[in-house]
Amino acid sequence: MSMKRITSLVLVAVLMCAVFAGCGTKKATVTTDGSTSMEKVIGALGEAFEEEEGITVTYNPTGSSSGIKAVKEGTCDIGLSSRNLKDEEKTEGLVGTVLAYDGIAIIVNNANSVSDMDLETIAKIYKGEITNWKELGGKDAEIVLIGREAGSGTRDGFESVTDTEDVCKYRQELTSTGDVITTVSNNEDAIGYASVASVTDKVKTVTVGGVAPTEETIKNGTYAVQRPFVLVTKEGVSLSDSAQKFFDYITSEKAADIIASAGVVAA
Amino acid sequence: MKKKRLFENIVHGIFLVLGLITVGFVLLITIYLIVSGIPAIKEIGLINFLFGTEWAPTKSEPQYGILPFILTSVYGTAGAILIGVPIGFMTAVYLSKVANKKVRAVVENAVNLLAGIPSVVYGLVGMLILVPGIKRIFNVPDGASLFAAIIVLAVMILPSIIKVSITSLDAVPKEYEDASLALGATPTETYFKVSVPAAKSGIAAAVVLGVGRAIGEAMAVMMVSGNVANMPSLFESVRFLTTAVSSEMAYSSGLQQQALFSIALVLFLFIMLINVTLNFFLKRERK
Repeated sequence: MSMKRITSLVLVAVLMCAVFAGCGTKKATVTTDGSTSMEKVIGALGEAFEEEEGITVTYNPTGSSSGIKAVKEGTCDIGLSSRNLKDEEKTEGLVGTVLAYDGIAIIVNNANSVSDMDLETIAKIYKGEITNWKELGGKDAEIVLIGREAGSGTRDGFESVTDTEDVCKYRQELTSTGDVITTVSNNEDAIGYASVASVTDKVKTVTVGGVAPTEETIKNGTYAVQRPFVLVTKEGVSLSDSAQKFFDYITSEKAADIIASAGVVAA
Repeated sequence: MKKKRLFENIVHGIFLVLGLITVGFVLLITIYLIVSGIPAIKEIGLINFLFGTEWAPTKSEPQYGILPFILTSVYGTAGAILIGVPIGFMTAVYLSKVANKKVRAVVENAVNLLAGIPSVVYGLVGMLILVPGIKRIFNVPDGASLFAAIIVLAVMILPSIIKVSITSLDAVPKEYEDASLALGATPTETYFKVSVPAAKSGIAAAVVLGVGRAIGEAMAVMMVSGNVANMPSLFESVRFLTTAVSSEMAYSSGLQQQALFSIALVLFLFIMLINVTLNFFLKRERK
């Protein structure tokens, strides 16, 4: 009996070691961690950087809050956040550098006749004050609100821009941009939001106050529904050489084209 | 001789270690869940946590009530059982007692195939066919609902119910049925008055197994139920215990994340309860 107990204790200890052993970082790699919305842009930048410098960039798509946490805890070099840092995060010594701006597209089904709404209307729809498409000149059908789960950077971005935090009357809360697009494309009465870079022609992008989300309108701020892509670092903690190189590279003008090719607008 | 004994001992040692791996994992998971699940419950308060009707972790005044999830899981599972068990049970009676060998082989293969389909595929088919179908048939604004989840779960639990029921029906001694037939009972009377009662604890075990499968399912349910933390209603978007954990885990932090662990702990307790019930029925059958 006691022999069994000892063996199992040893086993648990071994398992714990195995868990922690995976945390060491190798040299000449840059680890990034955070927003799933930034996958495309960081992927493209990482590839170009690796080609130029021979330094590997890893990306861990865990979400903005996790990425910020990872920087705070020192488990990655650069955190990726698709929202501005909160005040409490800034007081913890974190620094945000805007890498690019991402427009959030408002999408409806291709069969929907409504093609323009202003920011206020969008907010009213999501707050449940406008519930039927006919109020917007569409057909007589209830509006089905599709959104993202609590904690998602896109949801946070959308709700903060439209000023609808905590009051959205979602019919569905989905966990990825792809799911939102698929669901909107499958329901004629649905409306959703998704990162402009990810929107396909399966759905229709409405103009906001007459402005379509394009690189130009997002950059000059006329397209209202947009949010920043932020690189998060920790004040007082210097980056490793390779991480610093990567940071300089992606914030340089050279990287602007690559950022644009990922569908977002360089800052 | 000595060498042989040494070899035997070594082999026994290896088996012991391998056996303990499973125990180690169970212990690790249990301890981890309890340790990481308790703090949030302490902070929120057990009553507020279990019986709170609002879940809004990112609100400026966060609410962490999981009653909607618990009720949804219970209703969803009950609905799946209500639909799945009669179908599964009748299929098992048919296959075990009525069907000829060829039919049985074909149907059994289909059932095995159904059991092997990954849950994400159930979810995908549900999302692309069932959800729009419900919207059209029942004329609701959106088909992603508790009802869609119940249908998907009912199909998913069919294989376990059919397989376990067949096994216990097959195990009913043929003499019982022969005796019943010899006394002049019709075959149908024999199946339902002799075979089924003789196999009843096995069938009960099948039901409990189905409950376990349904309550633990996350992926398929997440794709068809809409995932909004409403109190359950048949044609409304709902969120299950499992999907509550998986849908917010990716982006959560702080108390929200801890609360997700607490939800996992509640789910874990539910599953333990089901396992205990299952063991109870299986033991009774063995006697």
